[in-house]
Amino acid sequence: MFGFSRSQSIAFLVMVALIVISPFVLYPVFLMRVLCAALFASAFNLMLGYVGLLSFGHAAYFGMGAYVTAWTMKFWHLDAIFAIALGGLTGAALGLVLGYLAIRRSGIYFAMITLALAQMVYFFCLEAPFTGGEDGIQQVPRGYLFGFIDLSNDMTMYWVVAAVFLGGFLMIHRIIHSPFGQVLKGIRENEPRATSLGYRTDDYKLIAFVLSCGISGLAGGTKALVFGIATLTDVHYSTSGEVVLTTLLGGLGTVFGPAMGALIVTSMENYLAQAGAWVTVIQGAIFMICVLAFRRGVIGEIANWRKLTL
Amino acid sequence: MMMIFGIPAPLLFGQLLLGLINGAFYAMLSLGLAIIFGMLNIINFAHGALFMMGAFVAWMLLDYLGIGYFPSLILAPLIVGVFGIVLERTIISRLYKLDHLYGLLLTFGLSLVIEGLFRNAYGSSGLPYRIPNVLQGATDLGFMFMPNYRGWVVLVALVVCFSTWAIIEKTSLGATLRAATENAPLVQAFGVNVPRLITITYGAGVALAAFAGVLAAPIYSVNPNMGSNFINTVFAVVVIGGMGSILGSIITGFGLGVVEGLTKVFYPQASATVVFLVMIIVLLARPRGLFGKAA
Repeated sequence: MFGFSRSQSIAFLVMVALIVISPFVLYPVFLMRVLCAALFASAFNLMLGYVGLLSFGHAAYFGMGAYVTAWTMKFWHLDAIFAIALGGLTGAALGLVLGYLAIRRSGIYFAMITLALAQMVYFFCLEAPFTGGEDGIQQVPRGYLFGFIDLSNDMTMYWVVAAVFLGGFLMIHRIIHSPFGQVLKGIRENEPRATSLGYRTDDYKLIAFVLSCGISGLAGGTKALVFGIATLTDVHYSTSGEVVLTTLLGGLGTVFGPAMGALIVTSMENYLAQAGAWVTVIQGAIFMICVLAFRRGVIGEIANWRKLTL
Repeated sequence: MMMIFGIPAPLLFGQLLLGLINGAFYAMLSLGLAIIFGMLNIINFAHGALFMMGAFVAWMLLDYLGIGYFPSLILAPLIVGVFGIVLERTIISRLYKLDHLYGLLLTFGLSLVIEGLFRNAYGSSGLPYRIPNVLQGATDLGFMFMPNYRGWVVLVALVVCFSTWAIIEKTSLGATLRAATENAPLVQAFGVNVPRLITITYGAGVALAAFAGVLAAPIYSVNPNMGSNFINTVFAVVVIGGMGSILGSIITGFGLGVVEGLTKVFYPQASATVVFLVMIIVLLARPRGLFGKAA
């Protein structure tokens, strides 16, 4: 199924079962936050885990997706499906422009360039009139899906978010396991060799970047719709840092790692909400521990221990 | 009143001076980043946090121990430099065998921890740090009034930047350092203690950041975010200049500060983004950076 290995099929079924059962046990709004973060992290993982390029500015695509979805919902009263799709397209279009610039350098420079470009997007959002500056775009209506499904109900919204997440997740999985994805992994392992085999590596990197940014925009748009708000936090570099942490903690270059990471990081933020600035300290400490002693991440460790591909 | 391009001269020169000051900080910070990158092959994301620590240590020395600005200018970089050396020995040195990206991620985590701790202890509203009496007031330069402290910052930054350049390019220690950057195993084979050289380099780079922090303390309020406000722009500066050349870092830093200052006069809305726009142009025209070596 979709090129899943046996172990991945089982893990996928477990994940779907959890997605179906959990809203009856846990607060749906919290779960929707987890799913949006999971989709965002999965999109980010496509770049870092499978192309080997660290984009330190993914908040730009996530945040712009959120802004566009929020704006079109609030002022154009679009159908939810079009608003979310526009969020994804915005992410992809921005990714095409900024990615074209960033892939001119690789490694550490790629990280710095994407960070700097994202900072530019942040300053743009701070100044531009349509974002509402410090206030952001607030009180965005959830509206209707396909014209007749009312999304103001949390449970209805949850199933839509779950569908968007699963759609995005399967798309990423499909990309990774396609011939295109194999070339990406080839580039990650040995770029000069991929070039010598006749692959235009820059084109491959750019396409992967655009896909990753598009799905990030989709995640941002969905998030904006769920919470009815798009703010500067969505484009801030702390959001970029958080998605790196999420992916690293869950398991870099694993299919299920980012989702696991999103569950852990979002729960942590939820329970530590009262702790104020300590959240940053704890996040930083986890970052350091992950890098020093836990580089495979949760899912990566499980996969390594049970000798599975996850 | 004298006008230049339809802009009152004092305004133009005032913004130019502000630009030079920002440029001084860009230069000192990107210089430290370049030196550390040359030896350790990591991008020190914690540079902004250590810059902030420099300012805070100066504030603490004054507030708790009554030690004034000028001794702090020496003491704070020393204290933060030692802190950096401890970090390098205990944590960062574990990553040298891994991909460079892990160094960036580790120091990013480190900056979150440091900034978070300071935010917990001192809040984020900012603490005032008085300009020392000797440097108070302003001087009439004929075409503008220059606050003495700002002139002092530009002057000191220039001296520090060029001394760093001289140490690296003109002394035997610098020669060893450059050789080790080029080919560490070979230099080690000649009997140089390369790991110790690496540690010293990190300490010195960090001390440079802390020194910049002390200089910045009276200009900007001392607050936990002062480093992260700077560091993102500094990364763009590093990309524009390329990390290959010390002199290149200094020129790019000051140059971009001035460009930013001028933008504030002619088109203020773009002043925050102009450095990034320059970066885009440089990436299109010369991807390796103005002073970078070919990849």
